[in-house]
Amino acid sequence: MIRLTGIARVFRVGDEEVHALRGINLAIEQGEYLSIMGPSGSGKSTLLNVLGLLDRPNAGRYELNGRDVTHLSDDELARVRRETIGFIFQSFHLVPRLTAGQNIELPMVLAGLAPAERRRRLDRLLADYGLTARADHRPAQLSGGQCQRVAIARAMAMGPTLILADEPTGNLDRHTGQEVMAVLERVHQDGGTVAVVTHDPEIGARARRRLRLIDGEIAEDKR
Amino acid sequence: MRFPDLFRFAWQVLAGHRARTALILLAMGIGVAAVVTVSAIGEGARRYVVEQFGSLGTNLVIILPGRSETAGAMPGVLVGKTPRELTLDDALALKRSPAVLRFAPLIVGAGDVRLGSRNRETPVLGTTAEFIQVRQMDLARGVFLPAGDPRHSQPVCVIGATVAAELFGAQPALGQWLRIGDRRFRVIGVLARQGESLGFNTDEIVIIPLAAAQALFNTEALFRVLIEAKSRERVPEATADIEEIIRLRHEGERDITVITQDAVLETFDRILRALTLAVGGIAAISLAVAGILIMNVMLISVTQRRKEIGLLKAIGATGAQVRAIFFTEAIILALGAAALGLFVGKLGELAIGQAFPLIPFAAPWWALVAASLTAVITSVLFTVAPARRAAALDPVVALSRR
Ligand SMILES: Nc1ncnc2c1ncn2[C@@H]1O[C@H](COP(=O)(O)OP(=O)(O)OP(=O)(O)O)[C@@H](O)[C@H]1O
Ligand SMILES: [Mg+2]
Repeated sequence: MIRLTGIARVFRVGDEEVHALRGINLAIEQGEYLSIMGPSGSGKSTLLNVLGLLDRPNAGRYELNGRDVTHLSDDELARVRRETIGFIFQSFHLVPRLTAGQNIELPMVLAGLAPAERRRRLDRLLADYGLTARADHRPAQLSGGQCQRVAIARAMAMGPTLILADEPTGNLDRHTGQEVMAVLERVHQDGGTVAVVTHDPEIGARARRRLRLIDGEIAEDKR
Repeated sequence: MRFPDLFRFAWQVLAGHRARTALILLAMGIGVAAVVTVSAIGEGARRYVVEQFGSLGTNLVIILPGRSETAGAMPGVLVGKTPRELTLDDALALKRSPAVLRFAPLIVGAGDVRLGSRNRETPVLGTTAEFIQVRQMDLARGVFLPAGDPRHSQPVCVIGATVAAELFGAQPALGQWLRIGDRRFRVIGVLARQGESLGFNTDEIVIIPLAAAQALFNTEALFRVLIEAKSRERVPEATADIEEIIRLRHEGERDITVITQDAVLETFDRILRALTLAVGGIAAISLAVAGILIMNVMLISVTQRRKEIGLLKAIGATGAQVRAIFFTEAIILALGAAALGLFVGKLGELAIGQAFPLIPFAAPWWALVAASLTAVITSVLFTVAPARRAAALDPVVALSRR
């Protein structure tokens, strides 16, 4: 499903070059559940951003679902993100003025789905993630765990095949973090490909496949 | 993204930043209101002037001695030597034109009008019986000057309503004798009150027969000749005939000015329209200032909403969609400001109308459309830069806390 060959990402800070990713080769099959761990600054977020088409590699080739997406235009990338990729962030990134329901609806609104179809999907998502009673609440009125569930529901709104989570439990206490992981694992059980970046070894260990990044290179790939 | 969704999204942004929204609405609204009010004043002045000339009667042709440089404009600048006088015989010759219905020669002077010990300086008009029809005036009481040979006259006069009130008070004026200069006149009629017309208050004049005025002011020269054409369509024909008749009588010299109402109206209309356009345009500059405010506020908004924009892009918004969101905000703001400005401008128009009830203030429709369009266009133009900046944001950078 995903094939990265020789992916490199170099940041230029002043005169210095920071090699965030060095020649990454990675293949991920449909339905895999993998965790990405590693020390701070090892390139975990950068790898996730490249996988999620938010960032372009400086070198290498990226094939997604059999299609070379390395050189797509910005608008084409936006379309692929909308249709096939769901993002989950450490700090949720909910729009504060919108209600939980409206936040979940946002990707469907951007995709131009008809209101009736949106309503149908929204009701399902709210029920699936236990948010029906919270649909009209704003993010400020929700707990961290609830916010992350809203974010997950939003990521799932367009039925993506690839779910990318960057430290989804980073802002949550242990117990809530476990809950959120359980929700993510349900997505995996439903057939989605899930990649989770985490610093928590316990959470990392829950994944069937565990990557370890050190200094922009894959140091370990355990199954 | 569907239009109702786009609208709702932008609406929520505006509703979420009330102070910012109110500030822009105020700035733009003032601009629109200024355009509306200022153009209402200009248009009011134009309509006032047009109505004043309209009250002359549409078939009216006026000739005066001397040739004015610009046809249609008020005479003033005369070309060359002192013009030949316009005489009663010139006026009588105008009857030869089949397009002329009637005419009234006119001599104007200031007279010292006395009744016993009361005395008052008033404009005195010397003319003929047909004057009242040519000028379409009404009598309150009595009769107008008698018809007959204009070279001879009876010692009679017709007085304006104010003159009658000041000289006679509640007493009946008809049949009384009064003195103008060293001559005596019997009052045979009182004009109906009709107020100002062309800056000339007919309530304050005294009208005497032409021959009497010639003697009183010791002149043969006519001040003006008022001519009524048979119909509005025949005004050009009458004008041509008049020019030709006088030219023949004046040894081939074209030394009179012919004024028709249409020509005068057209000139005033043009001048005042241009004036309205100019002041309206100046008022519209305040809209450009509001546009700069919008740009600044939008640029700040892009910075404040970096994370939101990054998120929108991460979940699949294209650059065009991000721009559309900002433009929709700008257009809603402009339309809101236009509505507010039109409302306030109309209020201003009503307020000025209360202060000066004589003048028909009303902003022309094109000013309303132009003000609203200018608001929308400036708003959109000044949003181009902020919208571009938002669309160009790198989602990774925007989303990171760095
Ligand atoms: N936009 C950027 N500009 C310059 N350098 C960057 C940029 N983004 C990342 N880097 C650098 O690239 C390297 C990898 O960063 P990345 O964010 O991927 O690390 P990480 O593994 O996610 O770290 P953490 O666990 O702290 O989140 C770091 O050295 C970082 O400083
Ligand atoms: Mg990171």
